[in-house]
Amino acid sequence: MRLVVASGKGGTGKTLVASNLAAVLASNREVVLVDCDVEEPNAHLFFPSEEKTLPVFTDVPAFENSRCTHCGNCAGSCQFGAIVVLKDRLLFFPQMCHGCGGCELVCPEGAVTMEKRPIGHVTFSTPRTGLVLITGVLHEREIMSPHVIREALGYASGHPLVICDAPPGTACPVVETLEGADACIFVTEPTPFGLHDLALAAGVAEALGVPSGVVINRSMGDDGSIRDLCRARDLPVLLTIPFDRDIAEAANSGQLLTDMMPGMKEQFLDLFRRASELLGVR
Amino acid sequence: MMVCVTSKGPGPDDLAEERFGRSPYFLFRDTEGGEWSSVANEFADAAGGVGPRAAQVLIDRGARVLITGNVGGNALAVIQAAGIEIYMYRESGTAGDAFQKFTAGQLKKFA
Repeated sequence: MRLVVASGKGGTGKTLVASNLAAVLASNREVVLVDCDVEEPNAHLFFPSEEKTLPVFTDVPAFENSRCTHCGNCAGSCQFGAIVVLKDRLLFFPQMCHGCGGCELVCPEGAVTMEKRPIGHVTFSTPRTGLVLITGVLHEREIMSPHVIREALGYASGHPLVICDAPPGTACPVVETLEGADACIFVTEPTPFGLHDLALAAGVAEALGVPSGVVINRSMGDDGSIRDLCRARDLPVLLTIPFDRDIAEAANSGQLLTDMMPGMKEQFLDLFRRASELLGVR
Repeated sequence: MMVCVTSKGPGPDDLAEERFGRSPYFLFRDTEGGEWSSVANEFADAAGGVGPRAAQVLIDRGARVLITGNVGGNALAVIQAAGIEIYMYRESGTAGDAFQKFTAGQLKKFA
């Protein structure tokens, strides 16, 4: 089972929920936690541990100047504006290239060959018994986060229980993380921003056919607007975490709530049970 | 000498556009005289990579001068490599006004 923890709005507590959930489940089974927020991964803050690293590459074209006739076919085929052909030379912007290889296909002179370029890395650690943490990291100035996410998820594929800490938002990186997942937990907060972005993110999960539920974090007790939305969109509220100074202090000092606050372990186990029910699993 | 002015519309009476890559239209006119011509920018609403692709339009049309309000980093690299000079126009006049000011030597060159 692959369970994604997503949010829409950033800073609602995705990593808090994903990390605590993974830690609790690891106490009696094997879990892989994949940090898919490759532009700013932070699950490792809860799990300081020795890491092993593997690079992530993307394909980029290399141009053989002696063969190039500056016909411009490659620039014309590039959907991302990564190639510009002047009268006497060619300019290539590797950061804008998506590695599709179209330029290689359309070059009539055979002047283009695809090479590998590093754009990020994936780290692996085993911070506690039963838990493997896989973190995707996109290098600065790079844009192809879905590629790094795909690679990180690939290392976890086939594992019976995978928890994914998704990036915020609703764009390509979120779609890459959510696509093919078995269920999704949206973490939101009772603010107009939290409500607005939850509605958008729930739309993404709906479009991808991923059954979803909601965790209300920093709950002030009532949470009327969030609960109204959940009712209207048929999203079960799986867990409510109160707006509480002790919780904030624990999280901000890198501690897991499930390690240090009585009752939290049971609440997160219950969250997992209820999330599993989204799939019809009991 | 072919000059390009970024413009909100297809004619010299339309307002000049400050942005380069996302300019709705590129207007062209030779300083030696002749008619205005215009190219609609098909990348104006694209998600990304608009700068270099817009610069390619100028190169393909043989522009030697670009009059606009601002140019992003990637587009600037292309325009400079192509030897196209950039002049800044950030007033609220028309594309025709911008061209007039350029020919009168009243526009500042982009460093």
